[in-house]
Amino acid sequence: MPQSQAMLNPHADIPLDEKVKRHTISILVQNKFGAFNRIAGMFAAKGYNIDSLSVGPTEDEAVSRMTIVARGDDQIIEQISKQLNKLIDIVKVIDLTFESFVERELVLVKVHSTTETRPDIMQIAEIFRAKVVDISPRTLTLEATGSQQKVDAIIKMLKPFAIKEMARTGRVALKREFQGEV
Amino acid sequence: MARHAEETPGAAGGRLMTGAEIFVRSLVAEKVEVLFGYPGGATIGVYDALHDISDITHVLTRHEQGATHAAEGYAKATGKPGVVLVTSGPGATNTVTGIADAFMDSIPLVVFTGQVPLRLIGNDAFQEADIVGITRPVTKHNYLVRDVRELARTIKEAFYIATSGRPGPVLVDLPKDVMAQKTHFDYPESVALPTYAPILDGNIRQVRKAAELINSSRRPVLYVGGGTILANAAEELTALARKLRCPVTTTLHGLGSFPEHDPLALGMLGMHGTWYSNMAVNFCDVLIAVGARFDDRVTGKVEAFAAEAKKIHIDVDPSAISKNVKVDVPIVGDVKRVLAALLPLVQPVETADWLRTIEAWKEEHPLRYRNGEEIRAQYVIQKLGEITGGDAVVVTDVGQHQMWAAQFYNFTRPRTHITSGGLGTMGFSLPAAMGASFGRRDLPVVSISGDGGFQMNSQEMATIVQHRLPVKIFVINNGFLGMVRQWQELFWRRRYSQVALANPDFVRLAEAYGCPGTRVTRTADVEEAIRRAMAHTGGPVFVEFVVAAEDNVYPMIPAGQTVNEMIDTPDPAAAAGGGNGNIETVEKGKARKVSVHAAVPGNA
Repeated sequence: MPQSQAMLNPHADIPLDEKVKRHTISILVQNKFGAFNRIAGMFAAKGYNIDSLSVGPTEDEAVSRMTIVARGDDQIIEQISKQLNKLIDIVKVIDLTFESFVERELVLVKVHSTTETRPDIMQIAEIFRAKVVDISPRTLTLEATGSQQKVDAIIKMLKPFAIKEMARTGRVALKREFQGEV
Repeated sequence: MARHAEETPGAAGGRLMTGAEIFVRSLVAEKVEVLFGYPGGATIGVYDALHDISDITHVLTRHEQGATHAAEGYAKATGKPGVVLVTSGPGATNTVTGIADAFMDSIPLVVFTGQVPLRLIGNDAFQEADIVGITRPVTKHNYLVRDVRELARTIKEAFYIATSGRPGPVLVDLPKDVMAQKTHFDYPESVALPTYAPILDGNIRQVRKAAELINSSRRPVLYVGGGTILANAAEELTALARKLRCPVTTTLHGLGSFPEHDPLALGMLGMHGTWYSNMAVNFCDVLIAVGARFDDRVTGKVEAFAAEAKKIHIDVDPSAISKNVKVDVPIVGDVKRVLAALLPLVQPVETADWLRTIEAWKEEHPLRYRNGEEIRAQYVIQKLGEITGGDAVVVTDVGQHQMWAAQFYNFTRPRTHITSGGLGTMGFSLPAAMGASFGRRDLPVVSISGDGGFQMNSQEMATIVQHRLPVKIFVINNGFLGMVRQWQELFWRRRYSQVALANPDFVRLAEAYGCPGTRVTRTADVEEAIRRAMAHTGGPVFVEFVVAAEDNVYPMIPAGQTVNEMIDTPDPAAAAGGGNGNIETVEKGKARKVSVHAAVPGNA
């Protein structure tokens, strides 16, 4: 798993199994002073595991959307949702895991490349529909988007070429509108 | 910013007011009668505005921690929010323990802290502390007011959030320059908080499910917490218990919600609960948790807690439900409303066999201690209970005396027992008793501390004397940090590491503050000393009881264990070893004989 996970949470050592699952939680929060600290602080204080976290503006300028990927068994996830709802600044908490949703993550990977390895790297980029966004005599920087699994996969493929630097956004997600029959 | 406000006069019109004036007017609008505080550089303007106001009594405590505990005591005794005003930096950080205490025990507090001017925030300015950041995890909500036009609305919200739903502390940080800015004062009549809406009415389908479960039970137990008192639901609870003929056990904070002289009362449960309450919970078939949160001091080992029982949980805080123990019928709502909805749906339950079983446990394992010439703390508390008949506000500290007070004092009505439960804050009792005394002039207020805890906030003696508050200050002096010593004795091979106290002369200390004091060293003198203290008028009175140095609180379920590991009081008859004639066994309630192991009830 990405190193960021350990950074976000020192307790992120709970392995996934039939009980412990990864949940994508979408949070709408008022843009108030300290609101993000309140959320991040709550996760830290309660010792909940965060795999990734991303924040950005929404269509309503008074409100931001935070997407948190957290892991835990049903009881922990239920508590996370309840504790979030307790925070005064929070407008809405949706556990997307129980819904059909679209999710994307973006990664920028700066990978070592030489004239010999460059075609191989570019071929991997093509397979993953990644873009080359920067090039230098010794590096290639790729931009890839997709599900977490896809992003994990391209990173895995690039690893043998030696990854110099990497930046991942964490997951963003939205509920799908049509569910089932049309 | 200020100019904008001048161009658009508020609905009230009238003259412009400074933030400091608006602050004071807002407190008056909130009907604040008592303000506990301590001035400083960042709040000097606010204190100037306060100087002209006669509607509010400002109590100058001798330490900001004392102010927050006093506000807690006031809130617990009255049901009204406790209000605190302190300065920035150290003034603000000194309130943190009291705020954390209020957060754990769901006490409505509104704490106002001064702050350095906005332009200096983040500058490491003199007496600057990021108190909003520091208190974020221990407040229900907190605010930094950045514009004087937000001040009145923020204060309104702060009081509303502190007192509604599950109550708790709210902090409002007031930068010095904001309090000097001017605008029109127009106190809002209502709050607009679309993201905050406590659920008060229980889901009726859930209430019906709970009623069905209760009606089909044979061995029900009501497990009652402080939420019942916070919701002013003692009457509904008592009606429910008596209609069902269901035994009632209370948590530390639930004490007073059900009269303990009632035959259905089991007293406190948990680590130092009564033998019979823990047995009853262990063998019940339906556990009705009312405004309680399944705290670890109550449950011990969670998996084994009331393992046979179907569990109903009534609580206003959704996050309290299934946090520690999975329950079968959760009901989110105000305890008073839910109990009122439940009452007509339940029938009297056939509990005669169950009550007989419990009665046998009560007779075999009463709360008891061995009395002699040396004073036992249990005896002091029992005598106090007999003398007051429950008509007093008893404010305890933390430790052995706190548990003995919970065990041996018969609490009969709500808001007469005040203590620091969740956080377990030593030094709580004296300032909290002071606050309670400001709120309840109709009842005597008794502060009970150990010799350790008393010294943690003894400076408030000065405040109590200054206001001539009729507080009865009892110090149970065993020369030890008794509870830690007890654990060291029982679980750490009697290695008494840093628990013996070298104490001052407490009576002379009290007298130095201008409070009459006496020291009692013999059991025979205890009753008379208490009677005199209770009869004392015209101000506080101090009594030191020098008690047995190494005494233990029993029964005890060691941390994280079950009723199977419950240690009952060592047999006093055996311990006496035929000793001298002064030794007697004192038991709370009826007693027949003493035995060590309990029988499993036969009506399962």
